[in-house]
Amino acid sequence: MEEVKLMKGNEAMAEAAIRSGVDAYFGYPITPQSEVIEYLMHEEPFKRTGMVVLQAESELAAINMVYGAAACGKKAMTSSSSPGISLKLEGISYMAGAELPCLIANVMRGGPGLGTIQPGQSDYFQAVKGGGHGDYNLIVLAPSTVQEMADFVNLGFDLAFKYRNPVMILSDGAIGQMMEKVTLPKQKERLSNEEIIKRYGSWATTGKPESRERNIITSLNLKSELQEIHNQHLQNKFKTAEKNEVRYEQIQCEDADYILVAYGTSARISQKVVQLGREKGLKLGLLRPITLWPFPKKIISELADHTKGFLSVEMSAGQMIEDVLLAVEGKAPVAHFGRMGGMIPSPSEVLDAVEKEINKILK
Amino acid sequence: MMTTAVITPEEIIKKGKIVFEKTKLMNDCTLSYCPGCGHGVAHRLVMEVVDEMGIEQDTIGVAPVGCSVLAYEFMNIDMQQAAHGRAPAVATGIKRVFPEKYVFTYQGDGDLAAIGTAETIHACNRGENIVIIFVNNGIYGMTGGQMAPTTLPGMKSSTSPYGRVVETMGYPLKITEMVATLPGVAYATRQAVHTAKLVTKTKKAIIKAFQNQKDKKGTSIIEIVSNCNSGWKMTPVESNKWLDENMLAYFPLGDIKK
Repeated sequence: MEEVKLMKGNEAMAEAAIRSGVDAYFGYPITPQSEVIEYLMHEEPFKRTGMVVLQAESELAAINMVYGAAACGKKAMTSSSSPGISLKLEGISYMAGAELPCLIANVMRGGPGLGTIQPGQSDYFQAVKGGGHGDYNLIVLAPSTVQEMADFVNLGFDLAFKYRNPVMILSDGAIGQMMEKVTLPKQKERLSNEEIIKRYGSWATTGKPESRERNIITSLNLKSELQEIHNQHLQNKFKTAEKNEVRYEQIQCEDADYILVAYGTSARISQKVVQLGREKGLKLGLLRPITLWPFPKKIISELADHTKGFLSVEMSAGQMIEDVLLAVEGKAPVAHFGRMGGMIPSPSEVLDAVEKEINKILK
Repeated sequence: MMTTAVITPEEIIKKGKIVFEKTKLMNDCTLSYCPGCGHGVAHRLVMEVVDEMGIEQDTIGVAPVGCSVLAYEFMNIDMQQAAHGRAPAVATGIKRVFPEKYVFTYQGDGDLAAIGTAETIHACNRGENIVIIFVNNGIYGMTGGQMAPTTLPGMKSSTSPYGRVVETMGYPLKITEMVATLPGVAYATRQAVHTAKLVTKTKKAIIKAFQNQKDKKGTSIIEIVSNCNSGWKMTPVESNKWLDENMLAYFPLGDIKK
């Protein structure tokens, strides 16, 4: 049964994991996302659905537990925040190489280093440009509401299994910690072992029956000729995902003269900026990428044909702006406005920045 | 006067006389190990036990980074290759979602006792119901003979070219003794495979370890002290003698916890 509740983003994601029929969650505490494992341990989904919840000894161990479980064809996930994600990148690269589906949530905080525990968006490069070593991409989903924190669990697993690739939910401390109304999905049954063998038996290590060759999960190719073929296969997969999986939301872009591009918490603020700007007679619009990879290049390029300029609003020194610039292809000026170190910009300071940029263009 | 008795191969190889056959679960391919290395015997023993217990359809192995990184090429069962040192975490992930399957890791000393120390200790501390096969040859073989956590004091390697100086490089780590102190560990033993008698004993230990997993007793760890004639820069015969005289003096054989 669907259920409407008032929940924190982190809790909504945890509950959605149980309801999405996830088989295993492996985590390690780190602020601002510890509620995920706390909620799961409190809810005891091992009693509700048989879902495994385990607190690992480190983020490294947690992502490698995800590797082991995912390689068995199971729905396995982990969550962390910025410094913890840096530790997980080794395992994430291995999983991309070994073509393992899984879900990783990054509830970002300000960095670099230990940084701060307040919300940040400075892991954009890490999330969308690969992050770990080697040529690979993650499919990156950026929730901007508690509802999306819940919804993207199921969507994330669908995409992960469709492409046999890790998927990341790139959230931030504000979305993770804030409480909002959320409609929780109906309880989905976890797949039985028989069903898993039927669906994923061609690759998953479920134990080798006599009827098939052994399944091997590895990212190793000692022969460079073979490794290149494997790389080409991965790149073809990423091309298909780029073609089919772009998701975004347009808010008042139809008649907009000037467009803000923002995701997550910055998108919420930017939506308010659009409203405040329009009250002052500025025709503002918001393009909110929902998938940060694949990035909504095409729509931004199209908008650039009849837009006077873009402002990339991010809680970082300016990372997504590079993708906006690439999409705009010089057709319009692109500026950046950001706060760093866990600071969240206010709508009025973003509006000031917008007005300043518009004045520059008018000059 | 000489009699010319002709014995045909069929007479020699009569069914009743077969005392050893190629291990069923070892693939027909060339092992990547150096001649004289103990890995091949250790692989064979694990596969013999899995075969004899009739659990090959329910067994999932985890290969490490190191000389045995390609173990999955040689063993005819479902296998996963883990990142360096992470095999016990990977095995935990498998065992937790497939508690009814048999899960083992096959790791070297660098993998298990250096980069993977945390994963080893915590998997053992949780009493993960898995088997850990730990091949200790006192050196990083795959990367060309560097110092390992188990390299003996004074022993030369490419990163301790004048011998391991314990004052600056620390002492060889007896990790099997360490994890034997943990309540989660059901069975910790140290064996070797460089003589026929020891091979038999090691096989018994592996049987016991898999039986423990069947009986849900917790973690079983079998350390196999082995040679690395290439890394030690010795002939296979010399390396086995050196193993006997030096390695086993520091790493004595026998059950540490049973």
